Amino acid sequence: MNSAVPVIELSNVTREFQVGSQVVKALDGISLTIQHGEMVAIIGPSGSGKSTLMNTLGCLDTPSSGSFFLNGQNVSDLSDNQLAETRSRQLGFVFQSYNLLTRETALSNVELPLKYSGGHTGKNRRTAARTALERVGLSHRFNHKPVQLSGGEQQRVGIARALVKNPDLILADEPTGNLDSKSSAEVIEMLRSLNEVDGKTIVVVTHDPEVAEATKRIIAFRDGRIVEDRAVDSVKTEAAEDEQVASE
Amino acid sequence: MNAALLFSTALNSVGANKLRAGLTLLGIVIGVSSVIAMMAIGRGAQVSVTSRISELGADLITVQPGAQALRFAFFGGGGDSDVLSFEDALALKDDVFAPDVRIVAPENSFSGSAVVSGENTFVNGVGVTAEYLEARNLTIATGRNISNANVLNTSLVAVLGSETSTTLFGNRNPVGATLKLSGREFLVIGVIESQQGTISNPDNSILVPITTSHYRLKSGTGLVNSIPVSSISILATSEKAVDTARLDISTVLRLRHELEADDDDDFLITTQQDTIETLEGTQGTFVILLGSIAGISLLVGGIGVMNIMLVSVTERTREIGIRRAVGAKRRDILFQFVTEAVLMTFVGGILGVLTGWAIAYFGNGATVDGDIIETVIETHIAAIALGVSIAVGLFFGIYPAVRAASLNPIEALRHE
Ligand SMILES: Nc1ncnc2c1ncn2[C@@H]1O[C@H](COP(=O)(O)OP(=O)(O)OP(=O)(O)O)[C@@H](O)[C@H]1O
Ligand SMILES: [Mg+2]
Repeated sequence: MNSAVPVIELSNVTREFQVGSQVVKALDGISLTIQHGEMVAIIGPSGSGKSTLMNTLGCLDTPSSGSFFLNGQNVSDLSDNQLAETRSRQLGFVFQSYNLLTRETALSNVELPLKYSGGHTGKNRRTAARTALERVGLSHRFNHKPVQLSGGEQQRVGIARALVKNPDLILADEPTGNLDSKSSAEVIEMLRSLNEVDGKTIVVVTHDPEVAEATKRIIAFRDGRIVEDRAVDSVKTEAAEDEQVASE
Repeated sequence: MNAALLFSTALNSVGANKLRAGLTLLGIVIGVSSVIAMMAIGRGAQVSVTSRISELGADLITVQPGAQALRFAFFGGGGDSDVLSFEDALALKDDVFAPDVRIVAPENSFSGSAVVSGENTFVNGVGVTAEYLEARNLTIATGRNISNANVLNTSLVAVLGSETSTTLFGNRNPVGATLKLSGREFLVIGVIESQQGTISNPDNSILVPITTSHYRLKSGTGLVNSIPVSSISILATSEKAVDTARLDISTVLRLRHELEADDDDDFLITTQQDTIETLEGTQGTFVILLGSIAGISLLVGGIGVMNIMLVSVTERTREIGIRRAVGAKRRDILFQFVTEAVLMTFVGGILGVLTGWAIAYFGNGATVDGDIIETVIETHIAAIALGVSIAVGLFFGIYPAVRAASLNPIEALRHE
């Protein structure tokens, strides 16, 4: 991967929704660049456009205007099929509500992205899925179904699924939103290690100041705009003050 | 997603709700099995009618009085010109005018009570000549046939069908016994070999000389040659000669009846081939009718599949969103749902073929209201039914699948 090209490059991106006769600007002129190996937290009040941004970055949604380059590729040029391929090849998405297939085991949930990209034998897929589950510390839970797992474990299955195709970019929309503080800490530790050990680029949306402080860069949203974009200081007190400002 | 994966994914999804899949399948099973069973019964009826007619002999030609418009012999004809006479029959034996005719057997009919030891039994009888048995492909079981002398002498003799014999005389050999018809005593001279199941059903009949029938039982008058006959059974010299014999017969009768060139025939010639074709035509309609009724149940089964697939798409909206989010293309989703629908109808089709086959197999030879049901299982019908059930899955599965594939991934993921 050419590290000179940014992973994400948004310029003047807007996303509007028509609600009845009203137009809601969920994203209102966002310009943003994220480089390889960064770990970014997106914070902001409810309804400020964080999820809309993540959906755009995740190629699940397309901007109303402005441009979005993912690894140097202009996403608005892509067809529906190519968007699906991009989702499968270049990024992994982690959801607040895990979004696992309830009927399937952990292993086959993690296998799922591989099923939609050709060139894998069944054995191949299972090996890759096991490796990903081992990476998130779930080697003892291969054949458990989601209902048989704790919230934290389910979210780790979700992370393993995002990892299984070994993408450079992991997008996580409130991954700890449904978790208690202990599981929450585990998940964040996991994401940090993926960033620091595996060198993955990570963007995580969170309401939790502790989670935000665990990252390297914090971007604050309000009303569809970026109101703050700063590097995280390792000095805790300063960070806590800033967070108060951002969450007002 | 490749075909094997698609199949295992579909199998998984369908298998996840076995009761529902089973009930949906049932519609298809009923549809397909009724198609198979109905067609087997229909074809069986067709084949058995044809074979029963064929037993009479393919070289048999019957001539009846009346115009070409179908009229039955026992209506007796409208006017004199409609009547076939004994002399007409004699004329058809002419080697010059009708060289392709081998056997000519005129007949008339009568009915009345037969009295044996004071007991009355209603009988339908036929007045015949010596040729009748050969023309009708019948043989004598015991005793002898009616002879030419019997016809000439207006003898009071009778030949019984096997069932008539049993009805009148029980298990006794009736040859040499007597019975009373219209107050006259008849000597039983023979019994016909049973012909169970043939269409002409000779077992229930009683034969007397044609002259006896006319003068003694129907109080007819006139010369022998002018005796009206209700039907003439004719055998051609060979199966191949049937068509030329038919022409011969027509020519002779038109001449004898003094018909002008543009007059319609006042008689009706029917070959076995005609009868078979008419009956097969009727039976064909019957088969189509049965088939369409069965087809409708298959259609209803298909609508059931569509209904369940639509419910399934709604229930699994979130699953669709998840699959799309991790890289499934629209067509992956489309194929997944179509495969599920086809899987159900295909399995339903196979079970339906087996069930229908079993019904046809075990139903063969069963009796309903005294009629023996014969079934003919045709593999091509089974193949078509299976093909149709797959097509039903495709047809009724495509709309729900298109709906699934066109869902917006984000909205699908938000779906509760
Ligand atoms: N599909 C949609 N149709 C209409 N409006 C939408 C749609 N999706 C988002 N919006 C609007 O866009 C705005 C931003 O929504 P978004 O989900 O991005 O917020 P968020 O920052 O993720 O909030 P939260 O922290 O509650 O998750 C909201 O006002 C929301 O109502
Ligand atoms: Mg959100």
